[in-house]
Amino acid sequence: MNRILHGRLTGLAVLGAIIAVLPVFLTNNFHLDVAILAGFNAVVCVGLNLLIGYAGQISLGHAGFFGIGAYASGVLVGVYGWPPVAALLAGAAFVGVLAFVVAKPILRLKGHYLAMATLGIGIIVSIVLRTESGLTGGPDGMMVEPFKIFGVELYGEKAWYWVVGVLLFGVVWLSLNLIDSPMGRALRAVHGSEVAAEVVGVDTARFKVMVFVLSAVFASVAGSLFAHYAGLITPAKADFFKSIELVTMVVFGGMASTFGAVVGAVVLTLLPQALTVFQDYQQIVLGAILMATMVFMPKGLLPTLAGLLPSRRRA
Amino acid sequence: MLAELLQYLLSGLTIGAIYALAGLGFSIIYNASHVINFAQGEFIMIGGMASATLTASGVPLPLAILIGCGGAMLVGVAVAKFAVERARKASTVTLIIITIGASIFLRGVAELVWGKDFKRLDAFSGETPIQLFGASLQPQSLWVMGCAGVLIVAIGLFFNKTLTGKAMLATSHNRLAAQLVGIDVKRVVLASFALSAALGAVGGAVVAPITFSYTEMGIMLGLKGFTAAVLGGLGHGPGAVAGGLIVGVAEALGAGYLSSAYKDAVAFVIILAVLLFMPNGLFGKRGTERV
Repeated sequence: MNRILHGRLTGLAVLGAIIAVLPVFLTNNFHLDVAILAGFNAVVCVGLNLLIGYAGQISLGHAGFFGIGAYASGVLVGVYGWPPVAALLAGAAFVGVLAFVVAKPILRLKGHYLAMATLGIGIIVSIVLRTESGLTGGPDGMMVEPFKIFGVELYGEKAWYWVVGVLLFGVVWLSLNLIDSPMGRALRAVHGSEVAAEVVGVDTARFKVMVFVLSAVFASVAGSLFAHYAGLITPAKADFFKSIELVTMVVFGGMASTFGAVVGAVVLTLLPQALTVFQDYQQIVLGAILMATMVFMPKGLLPTLAGLLPSRRRA
Repeated sequence: MLAELLQYLLSGLTIGAIYALAGLGFSIIYNASHVINFAQGEFIMIGGMASATLTASGVPLPLAILIGCGGAMLVGVAVAKFAVERARKASTVTLIIITIGASIFLRGVAELVWGKDFKRLDAFSGETPIQLFGASLQPQSLWVMGCAGVLIVAIGLFFNKTLTGKAMLATSHNRLAAQLVGIDVKRVVLASFALSAALGAVGGAVVAPITFSYTEMGIMLGLKGFTAAVLGGLGHGPGAVAGGLIVGVAEALGAGYLSSAYKDAVAFVIILAVLLFMPNGLFGKRGTERV
């Protein structure tokens, strides 16, 4: 127990230190912007990793939840004049209820059927956002008001960097605690063998539903804040490719590793920026990197690297 | 009134035939390797793009389709050999990401080779619509439905009558047992990718005069094909065909009577509704888990 606690605190301390020191090296707003985007993706991925890595369930529709959060903030604040915090909470509550309602029947499904169902939900959400242009601005997207709390406007990349940094730290901390809680052990049992978990009395369905709802709410909150930060949202943020991107980040970084999810999100957010030098070959290189990583490191980046250092404990 | 319904049915069956071919492709690969091949749509795209660009540069149509088909088969075998087979023991999610990586890669190559713009392919036998009880039917629709019908029957015969087909079926039932009786299961996986690629490519070529071809044409067609396969019960061939036709017809009816903007959502609403009540699709067997 002490050792686990120790390992967990080390990881958190490293993450905190990186978040705190990073701005020193990010000299211009473009670098900060990329770091903020990576942070938003990381928040969603940490939640998604709980579902994929620990509960062993695939979701190909998480961008849909991100999109609902983003558009809830955009529409409620911009059109109906709600305070941003209330809109964020309303979006998160709606996504939570939606995830709960669909989770019960859907999480009964296994493997590819679950992938199909979540994919369907994500695509339906993005089509609705694209079509209801009266509220959402259609395919061109909509402008979103800045985030205000107690009359103070959150402004500039520097301020947003700290908001996202603190959010990410909090989400990672929450997720690590969850993994070491009885619920986390139950989840790992579900991943190992669902039947065995049921036999020893774990209410597998309940845990799967809880973690699905939690990961959806993480995505919604990230979506709301992202909408305020970016100032412009489009249905592309909710579509199938965004969902794929999120799953890829989790799997690339390393399933069942919270820090792996963070690393995956950061690397794959930076990658397209780095790949712009390839210009027309960008998609080809991206596709090739995805395939090669998965073929040669099926466990993902961080666990594979950790495996190269046998003396170290796993993160 | 009736003419309108007939019109929707005809256009639904036309596009449904393409979904059926794609769905069959998903099922064949799933049976041989338990992989959901998200690059299936790209096989359709290769077929459509190759036949459109080759005929534009003077190659006779049948030869162009044949070349497109062969090219797609080579690509399919390459994906199977260099990506899927190597990651044999990886988890479901990992395999899904590999095929998605392949589809991004293939779209990137296609954009480089053919460019981003829409390519036109002339209808195979003119565009004079055939009048049918007040509904009008494009001759190309007949080509689509005819080709799909012939291919589906041929695939059925292949799996039930030929030794290779039976070997592939045996592998889908039990890979290890098939290996023990001397079936080269690795070649079965390669063959399944080649076969699915051919089905997709022919589908892409015959549908190209209706939809135009462009490098992203395979995305939605592929996803709808996946829907068709799941609707019929993954790995169930006739189920995938029925699923494709159901999705196509429902989509056309939805677009006609409800809202054309939500046309693309119809397939996914159906699949969610079906999965809620029949977790194994319409014709899938109830799964039991070995512990």
